[in-house]
Amino acid sequence: MSNKTQGGRATILGWIRGSLDRGELSAEQRAAIDSRLANPRRNLIPARAQVDHAAQVELFLEYLGAANGTFTRVAAEADAPKALSEYLSSQNLPQRVAMAPDAWLQGLPWEKGAPLLERRAGPARPEDQVGVTGALAGIAETGTLMLVSGPDSPSTLTMLPETHVVVLRASQIIGAMEDGWDALRKREGQGKMPRTAIFITGPSRTGDIEMHMYLGAHGPRRLHVIFIDES
Amino acid sequence: MQPTSANFIANARDAIADDNLQLAIARVGENFGAKRQQAVDKLPEFDALCGRAVEIKDDVLAHLDYYLEVYERAVTASGGHVHWCATVEEACETVLRLCRSVDAKTVTKGKSMIGEEMEINPYLERHGIEPIETDLGEYIIQLAGEPPSHIIAPAVHKTKEQVTDLFHEHHRKFGKTERLTEGEDLVAEARELLRGKYLAADVGITGANFLIAETGSSIIVTNEGNGDLTQMLPKMHIVLASLEKVVPTLEDAATLLRLLARSASGQEMSSYTTLSTGPRRADDPDGPGEYHVVLLDNGRSELLGGEFQDILRCIRCGACYNHCPVYTSVGGHAYGWVYGGPMGAVLTPALIGLAEARHLPSATPFCGRCEEVCPMQIPLPKMMRHWREQSFQRRLTPGRERLAVALWAWFARRPALYHLGARFAIGWLFRRARGRGHMRKVPFMRGWTLTRDLPAPEGGTFQQQWRRRKRA
Repeated sequence: MSNKTQGGRATILGWIRGSLDRGELSAEQRAAIDSRLANPRRNLIPARAQVDHAAQVELFLEYLGAANGTFTRVAAEADAPKALSEYLSSQNLPQRVAMAPDAWLQGLPWEKGAPLLERRAGPARPEDQVGVTGALAGIAETGTLMLVSGPDSPSTLTMLPETHVVVLRASQIIGAMEDGWDALRKREGQGKMPRTAIFITGPSRTGDIEMHMYLGAHGPRRLHVIFIDES
Repeated sequence: MQPTSANFIANARDAIADDNLQLAIARVGENFGAKRQQAVDKLPEFDALCGRAVEIKDDVLAHLDYYLEVYERAVTASGGHVHWCATVEEACETVLRLCRSVDAKTVTKGKSMIGEEMEINPYLERHGIEPIETDLGEYIIQLAGEPPSHIIAPAVHKTKEQVTDLFHEHHRKFGKTERLTEGEDLVAEARELLRGKYLAADVGITGANFLIAETGSSIIVTNEGNGDLTQMLPKMHIVLASLEKVVPTLEDAATLLRLLARSASGQEMSSYTTLSTGPRRADDPDGPGEYHVVLLDNGRSELLGGEFQDILRCIRCGACYNHCPVYTSVGGHAYGWVYGGPMGAVLTPALIGLAEARHLPSATPFCGRCEEVCPMQIPLPKMMRHWREQSFQRRLTPGRERLAVALWAWFARRPALYHLGARFAIGWLFRRARGRGHMRKVPFMRGWTLTRDLPAPEGGTFQQQWRRRKRA
């Protein structure tokens, strides 16, 4: 396999250089590109993302709603379990969830606030109706949730269950996607990424039948954020 | 698919006579067009972002060889593999070899235009592997045995009743015998049936909207979440991508993403924008065990450095389709191959040959709306003109057309004679109209007057009018 792959690469790179009427880039040209990649610079960031934090919080919730997401706003972390339990009741969903094995999330006072809630930690199974996760950030510019995969954050929880609930703190709200890249680089190191980084803006939808919008095409039908104001 | 672009004129005529299709494509302009404008109006920086996006892609194309090498190194560093394929044959063989390496019986697929170029579905079927399209639109047309008719709304030409019939016919074997007529129920039934397919599939194939050189990531942008389920549940994730999809950094991807969804469907962001980098890590609880990128050239490298290079900036948003008076009259199938609309009229001749596709760059009134709405500022009309020129020079244009153009050119180079001819023609047409404002029949113009009247000329030639006004 590797021989053919090698041949393919050399052939294609040769064609590219031939069309551009040049040979390989010079050492300086390559160094300039290496430096551009090693020191990524921001391009234009829309003004609406560059407002103070309180305004970013409001913008996030506004755009989340515009994208058919819903939210419950609570004052403190300790209120989150009850809010989840009440949300499940309001949607006629069972008090049974698959939850990310995330230390902070698991450490919330579930027994106290939601004594009837059954929780299983780990990736989603096909029969799970509700997946509960945290998020790396909430992006104000578009009301978007940013999640990354890892041992404490299985990807399947975001996509397999019909209902996805995200527990998010106000301090996690950032202005733009670029702030998310900064946070991720700080965590993973320059040029490194987890297997999956997903940006979620509202629940799953399709417009494939006569361009009418139906929610819940393949991913979650409902996206609900439990938003904690206390940082 | 066997191209039928050579039959564009007949295809277009059939499409215009198809009432269902006319209803369906009218929706495209009304929906996507209006929503795009709203989204653009809400982002004052939109034009500035377009300008920056063009710079990013121009830099990539000028240094494509090196960006691809850097990209491959990053993919390898994260545990994935890049397979360089010059042709669709090589790409198909690579996919098959990868599928066989995990004894794949079924493969789920997210939407991929490169997959359409490769005709990967029939290829896998011929080799005993069942491909299952999971995007609802792609699933519908797979059942119907048809190619997509719009780049982001592949089944837009199908009515709800047609979807009802297709599901009723094909879902019976899964025990679904009820005839569903509500859209919601149709979506729910597809969701339920495809769930089992995702879980059973050995390999998941997706396309890529962007590849990132900095990190070796591939990005897909979807609304349904099918692309995510496709890649996270099976053992192996294969990405089909053409080589011009690479962008330098995550920040550059963010800039392009601000343009993509807004231009495509008028959304601020699509529901899901997903970056995939390598296979699942050792301590990840889920995700695919292998990650492969099939990097396809298929003639694109030839376009670099020439008059068609700018088409490689295209991010496949489909805005040019939605705003094109030709696309919104004839739909996507008339174009006869994978791509339609103005970008298809430019790209298709490059990929399948001008001899087959020479009608496409002529299917334009040169209104320029495609270039106006293109977030990557691709000079589509100019490139269609280049193709027309080539078609003339290479004698692909039939004799009668060539003669007419040559005759016109002969006159155009002789202004006095041209003016005289124009005066004569106008006088003759004016008399022929006999005081009516229009005429039904004109000799040698039957093709034109068959479907419309020709307005009668008034007030002499342009030059006569000009002189008269200058005197006044």
